Amino acid sequence: MHYSPAPLHIPDGFLSLAISIICWGITIVTLGLAISKTNKALGEKQVPLMGVMAAFIFAAQMINFPVAGGTSGHLLGGALAAIVVGPWAGMLALTAVIAVQALLLQDGGLIVMGANILNMGLVTAAIGYGLYRSVAGRSKTVKLATAGFAAWISVMAGALMTSLQLWLSGTSELQVVIPAMLGVHALIGLGEALITVAALTFIFQTRPDLVDEKSESGKGGRGWVVPGVLISLAVVLLSPLASADPDGLERVATDLGFIDAGQSAPYSILPDYTVPFLGETALSTIVAGVIGMAVVAAVLVLIGRGMKART
Amino acid sequence: MHFDAFDRYHEKESFVHHLDPRVKVVVTVAFIVSNALLPDGAWMAFVLAWVFLLTANLLSQLGTFYSFRNSLIALPFALIAVTVLFSIPGEPLVSFRVLMSHFTITDAGLLKFVSILIRSWLSVQMAILLVATTRFPDLIHALEHLHVPLILTTIIAFLYRYLFVLTDEVFRLLRARESRSAAASGKRSGGGVLWRARIAGHMAGQLFLRSYERSDRIYNAMVARGYVGHLYTLNAHEMKSRDYYVSALAVAVIFILQVIGRL
Repeated sequence: MHYSPAPLHIPDGFLSLAISIICWGITIVTLGLAISKTNKALGEKQVPLMGVMAAFIFAAQMINFPVAGGTSGHLLGGALAAIVVGPWAGMLALTAVIAVQALLLQDGGLIVMGANILNMGLVTAAIGYGLYRSVAGRSKTVKLATAGFAAWISVMAGALMTSLQLWLSGTSELQVVIPAMLGVHALIGLGEALITVAALTFIFQTRPDLVDEKSESGKGGRGWVVPGVLISLAVVLLSPLASADPDGLERVATDLGFIDAGQSAPYSILPDYTVPFLGETALSTIVAGVIGMAVVAAVLVLIGRGMKART
Repeated sequence: MHFDAFDRYHEKESFVHHLDPRVKVVVTVAFIVSNALLPDGAWMAFVLAWVFLLTANLLSQLGTFYSFRNSLIALPFALIAVTVLFSIPGEPLVSFRVLMSHFTITDAGLLKFVSILIRSWLSVQMAILLVATTRFPDLIHALEHLHVPLILTTIIAFLYRYLFVLTDEVFRLLRARESRSAAASGKRSGGGVLWRARIAGHMAGQLFLRSYERSDRIYNAMVARGYVGHLYTLNAHEMKSRDYYVSALAVAVIFILQVIGRL
């Protein structure tokens, strides 16, 4: 089978029960909102559409392209789904994909499914649509560039959330999991961005009616810009902090009581490390560098937009 | 491609196969929650949980070690937990040097690492057994009975129904790409990574359009046959007395596991 498990699907047993339940809580509330919004805004016609779109995302993950040395990249699809079918419908479709991957193929656990849906479905859709919506009415180039950036940052957000959950559950060391996950996903996100942009270019060319301004306003309001930008900003600001100063993040979490809530195991709150490896290695520096570049790029885009608006 | 290309269901006329899917879903989730609740190093409880699993395997006539043989899927993820080996303070067991860094495995770290792996491994086995003994449409129906919102279960049902259709579509796209990617021996074919990613993206866009247009046709066909917003099923799924006994027994066993794990 062409199906390959993605590294972000957390299996059962790796998150503590407390963290699993908290994530389920957030997921259920968001999905409840999504369901009520979809029921209100759309007729029964939308259900087959969302079902087939869910199957599309699942199947699109099988389209791979060789990168180098036998590895290959493929689409994850969170941002793309939200951009083409709208944020609420995208969230529901992604939820169905993650549920079927867990139930049918055991890719991802059952009681951690709330966390998996949150990381790979809800956050990615909010970022993907929110950022894309912020440039509604701009030129095609700006839209595509933003979609690519949104795709990249949505993968990074998923990786960051997964790392934080693993760390709060006491399964992974913050100093290792953050640089490792963000480092790998900075590259995976690059592939995601390229495929998302190419797919959108193709749709712009062949069926512009599906992504024009009129269909855009039917998918989701401008209100999405705020959560999308805020979550992206949180990712952009938190990632370098977590990579460069995991101790600082740990202190904050300890002060706020997160660690106590998460780690049900009777251990003393994370002790001094016997092995300070990967804390200040090249990898975390590279990650910080990549993120720094992204911040600069975002600032440039914003400045560019401001100048364009003035002229 | 056949509709059950992704299925892990194994047709048998066993006791477990004939249980109500609701019971199987609830017992599976309860078992996984129980694993998450067991403290580190509760070896006795872990062994008993595995015996419980083996018994379920045996009763499903799939072979005592069916789920065991198929349970390696979550193994790669174990890498993510490796750091606990070194990070938790305790009696040092082994020390070694790799690439200028000094690693010390502690007994407490090893205990936690092994416990995480066992929990995950027991949980994934139960989930494997669930789908091996339950048809996926029955599973969806069980979720409906358990009050998962209708819109979600319907989307999941559609996803399952059209997944193999769209997978065929993907295979067509991949085959088309293969057959147009000829290369003279010794020469590179196609462009660089960027170019390849762009082609893959175009294929994803193409798949999207085909799916989108297909969903239109599907909807029209369904309306033509009287679709008004929900799907019907012939499987009534009634809880029989046997289903209640099995649920009670399973819950009792899981409770005993928890007690033993905390002794």
